[in-house]
Amino acid sequence: MPETLFRTMMIRGFGLLAVLMLFVVPVIGSRAMVQDLFGVLTLLVLALNWNLLAGFAGLVSVGQQAFVGLGAYTMFACVILLDVDPLWGILAGGAVAMIVAVPVAIFTFRLSGAYFAIATWVLAEIVRLVLAQWKALGGGTGTSLPKGTTKDMWGVQWLKDTLDVSSSAASDALTYWLALVLALGTLAAAYVFLRSKAGLGLQAIRDNVGAARSVGVDPTRLKAWIFLLTAAGTGVCGALLFIQITRVTPEAAFSVVDWKAFVIFITVIGGVGTLPGPIVGVIVFYILQRTLADYGTIYLIVLGLIGIAVMLFAHRGLWGLFADKTGIELLPLRHLPPRSAHSS
Amino acid sequence: MTILALKSVSKSFGALKVTNDVTLEVERGEALGIIGPNGAGKSTLFNLITGNLKPDAGTVEFDGRDVTRVTAMDRVRAGIGRSFQIPQPFTHLSVYENLLVAAQFGGNLHRSEAAHFCVDIIERTGLLQVIEEPAGGLPLLQRKRLELARAMATSPRLILLDEIAGGLTDAECGDLVRTIKGIHRHGTTIIWIEHVLHALTSVVDRLAVLNFGKMLMVGGVNAVMNSPEVKEIYLGIEV
Ligand SMILES: Nc1ncnc2c1ncn2[C@@H]1O[C@H](COP(=O)(O)OP(=O)(O)O)[C@@H](O)[C@H]1O
Ligand SMILES: [Mg+2]
Repeated sequence: MPETLFRTMMIRGFGLLAVLMLFVVPVIGSRAMVQDLFGVLTLLVLALNWNLLAGFAGLVSVGQQAFVGLGAYTMFACVILLDVDPLWGILAGGAVAMIVAVPVAIFTFRLSGAYFAIATWVLAEIVRLVLAQWKALGGGTGTSLPKGTTKDMWGVQWLKDTLDVSSSAASDALTYWLALVLALGTLAAAYVFLRSKAGLGLQAIRDNVGAARSVGVDPTRLKAWIFLLTAAGTGVCGALLFIQITRVTPEAAFSVVDWKAFVIFITVIGGVGTLPGPIVGVIVFYILQRTLADYGTIYLIVLGLIGIAVMLFAHRGLWGLFADKTGIELLPLRHLPPRSAHSS
Repeated sequence: MTILALKSVSKSFGALKVTNDVTLEVERGEALGIIGPNGAGKSTLFNLITGNLKPDAGTVEFDGRDVTRVTAMDRVRAGIGRSFQIPQPFTHLSVYENLLVAAQFGGNLHRSEAAHFCVDIIERTGLLQVIEEPAGGLPLLQRKRLELARAMATSPRLILLDEIAGGLTDAECGDLVRTIKGIHRHGTTIIWIEHVLHALTSVVDRLAVLNFGKMLMVGGVNAVMNSPEVKEIYLGIEV
């Protein structure tokens, strides 16, 4: 259908424009806007990861905040104990999250469904309690990045001079751009992964595990890969988040509301198991947050109700609804046969 | 050369002994038919060969190797392909993608080789018109063809076919028989469970008869079909 094609092109063009605009925000936008959008982008990264896990691998974890916290604490350990640039801490955060994900997977993969979900939560609590004992990083009350850490971060001085802004604005700009690159990178990686052999295998598993095994797909192996890779992505994001926040406490780093409830909400309303879902979800979430933020707890209740309504009436979320109605596919995962075989 | 050997294989579901001390040898390149009344344990025997079920006793050898403890995934990669009696398509994937999964995982082919290989099988199994359709939307007949096609896409050396001719018209049955003969000519070993005896006997060299989980007899098609026991079992079932 040429009309669908046209609309798809329009949306893609619009998306491209939005990305370009996002890149120049630190140059032309206010600092508050940079900080706001940093929050949006990091939530998007977390939602993209959770969507891969729950939506594509069927691993409905409610313990991913463990990897946010691990990333954050690893970054703090790198800075405070090893005295290295926090940007190295981001990589270390991802690595440590992935390493810890190995025993977590070995333990939780024995369980399925609700038992798997509960086990991930319990393990997340255990990781939080353990890190709260780490006296060098402030124990239960937490700690801050040493003075000047973000100012001395790689690239900040250069940005400060180039953009002619304060060091803190320059460091906000740097973390913002890293979040933007991380979000785009995660989206691109998810797309490439899902279109690869492994991604096709995952979709087969989702449709019929028994049949998938009978054509040679190893479900456990594929799921384990997704679990490790999303743990790494989540850990990287956690480290980046807390470079910008500059202060860590066990409560903040393992926040159930921020890094779990919001992330699940975003993915569910946007569309679990659809690639553009988390993007739609994070935009809706941001708008709701801006309009309802003054209402305190009511805001959370409204979010919950909207989430439930979407789950009941559009289980592939707003994007799924839109895609079904219009036939538009932004990031199609379909594999087409070679040209010569097209039926016509 | 024996490609498959079952040695005193048994399997029970609760008190029900569904596979009762079955011993069977299949030669490389042969086509064996399995017949027997409903509930005789034919599909269960397939599940024991493919590793979808583990036997309570006995061993399964494939290609001279004991595979009794080998997973279903690894047995596919080793060369045992199968179709399901009740079709199990990947419903949200297209017909082409259903085969692509099988060719890449079970057949260990690269994407580029797999693409043309799959299209070729889709052509041979008469699914070209629906190549891009989601498998979940196919009618039963085409789902059965897809079962055959997807099993072929794993590049099996031994292919297990479970009642794929039921409900076909004579013409369709003729097409199916031609396709299966093609697979056989290619050197693939075939074990085919089928109630449509004229289709079965036009392909297979030998017949095995299962009844109440026991291997009643194995032998040449004529010898088996003319034996009094088989006539008794099939009395009223096959006309
Ligand atoms: N997973 C199972 N659990 C319990 N009983 C089963 C199971 N699979 C098969 N059966 C029983 O085993 C018997 C043989 O089934 P099956 O192998 O499907 O027979 P056939 O294919 O010869 O018709 C039937 O009585 C069936 O109900
Ligand atoms: Mg059966």
